[in-house]
Amino acid sequence: MGMTLTEKILARHAGLESVEPGQIINAKVDLVLANELSAAVAIGVMRGIKGASKVFDPSKIALVADHFVPAKDAQSAGLARLMKEFAAEQKVEHFFDVGRGGIEHVVLPEEGLVAPGELIVGGDSHTCTYGAFGAFATGMGSTDIAAAFVLGEVWLKVPASIKLVYSGKPGPFVYAKDIMLRTVGELGIDGATYRAIEYHGSTVDELSITGRITMANMAIEAGAKNGIFHADAKTIAYVKERTDRPFVVERADADAVYERVISIDISELEPQVACPHTPDNVHPISDVTRDDLKVDQVFIGSCTNGYIDDLRVVAKILDGKRIAPNLRVIVNPGSQKVWMQAADEGILTTLAAAGCAVNTPGCGACFGGHMGTLGDGERAISTTNRNYVGRMGSPKAEIYLASPATCAASALTGRITDPRVVEAVPV
Amino acid sequence: MEATLRGHAHKYGKNVDTDVIIPGKYCNIIDRAELGKHALEGLDPEYTARMKAGDIIVAGTNFGCGSSREVAPIAIKASGTSAVIAKSFARIFYRNALNIGLPIFESAEAVDGIESGDEIELEPAGGIVRNLTKGTTYRAAEFPPFMQSLIDAGGLVPYVERRLAETQ
Repeated sequence: MGMTLTEKILARHAGLESVEPGQIINAKVDLVLANELSAAVAIGVMRGIKGASKVFDPSKIALVADHFVPAKDAQSAGLARLMKEFAAEQKVEHFFDVGRGGIEHVVLPEEGLVAPGELIVGGDSHTCTYGAFGAFATGMGSTDIAAAFVLGEVWLKVPASIKLVYSGKPGPFVYAKDIMLRTVGELGIDGATYRAIEYHGSTVDELSITGRITMANMAIEAGAKNGIFHADAKTIAYVKERTDRPFVVERADADAVYERVISIDISELEPQVACPHTPDNVHPISDVTRDDLKVDQVFIGSCTNGYIDDLRVVAKILDGKRIAPNLRVIVNPGSQKVWMQAADEGILTTLAAAGCAVNTPGCGACFGGHMGTLGDGERAISTTNRNYVGRMGSPKAEIYLASPATCAASALTGRITDPRVVEAVPV
Repeated sequence: MEATLRGHAHKYGKNVDTDVIIPGKYCNIIDRAELGKHALEGLDPEYTARMKAGDIIVAGTNFGCGSSREVAPIAIKASGTSAVIAKSFARIFYRNALNIGLPIFESAEAVDGIESGDEIELEPAGGIVRNLTKGTTYRAAEFPPFMQSLIDAGGLVPYVERRLAETQ
């Protein structure tokens, strides 16, 4: 019996000829990731494990300070310090403090720490992002991360796979974010729980690396364990520019068994919006604009849409214009490298001139930590990945999720706006 | 094996996500007791004031969806809540709950048969849910054998200690 892409990677890391859904395996990990929040708890757990004084391999641990950076308060500074001291003590090779990294999921691929066929676990649910590169990557809690720090292996239940086959060419101002919001809407927020999502079809073959990142990143929004693309020439070129490490490109077998196969034609797809208060409450923009929804804040950034391609789209729409009065627009480039690239291209100046507040990279605004939290009764449109009650601050706020283009168009009008009606050239 | 748990039910709907279980702004808290004061704050700000030690959260499908924050089950446990009964659990929360020792029971029938305020008795070992108010009994889904062996071993930490001893 053939194996899916996820099964192939899991079998190799478990040292087995084959695996099947439901099987429990012990798999070797190629990289273990944590941020200052998940690391702080994991370090505490690790200290309590008898016989565990060292991480299994200091070259296979990545620690990124990104959630409450720059430190929100003394308590947050304490967590970052705890992680920094642990990194020094354990000689962790990949430690990124504020100013040197950015959002973990933006940083790791940029730094060549993610390659096809690898198995990566992280103390953050959006670790599934690395599926964009043909890796098996999944998020876990801190106790599991502590175990992986020490053992270099994790126990996993092999997930059944759902095959999503996309066809059609996206229309103007329709992006990977719209395709993925539509997908989450179709699957539902628990539609892929305990499952792997495998992305296929001509549409995703044509997508940029950034577009695939956006789609893999939101696999967790359908409850999935991981979301994965096949690596192609684009992936291999991206990875080889950043690392000399050898890697194995796996492919699903032709006779692989999928629990479900879903075909999605996106040729008629409009820009999509996830309305409050779940990421699967997805509607076409033309339905949402009918309600003429005024917004108080627009947020551009996150591990979903904080990449240079995203900022280019936003800058193109805002270039030479001013954002609407009585509106805040907050932009967080996803990483220090994205920030510098955006500076080199004049994007940061374009955005600032339009009235946007440009922040340093970090997760703060997306998860209601700091640097852009919403107040009672406020409404935001955001390029992020979750819109649960209280996600970005007040439980009395409303969050709409959309693409960078839809958010930029809304920034010009102060209302949720269809990017197709704004005068701009699509990027 | 854990002893019998007893408390009153506090019932909620489906998709109780980690952002309402412990809002992001509290995720920089390490102190368990402090985390416990904010359990379910985004969903029911009165929960911790109203509940008594031993009480039980009852919810619909996909409990704990969203983030991987382990402080979510930690906050529930630290609040004095003795267990969560749900129709189903999100994947990461399920693992985290077992890892930190928060008893969880998966049973759609039990959830449908419990109202807020009902007195509930739970036997973690057999997955038994008794609604003492209504006089009904349910059996929660069994844990897969591997997970049961982890639970029997006392959790993931003793398991890791054993693996370390084997490999060194």
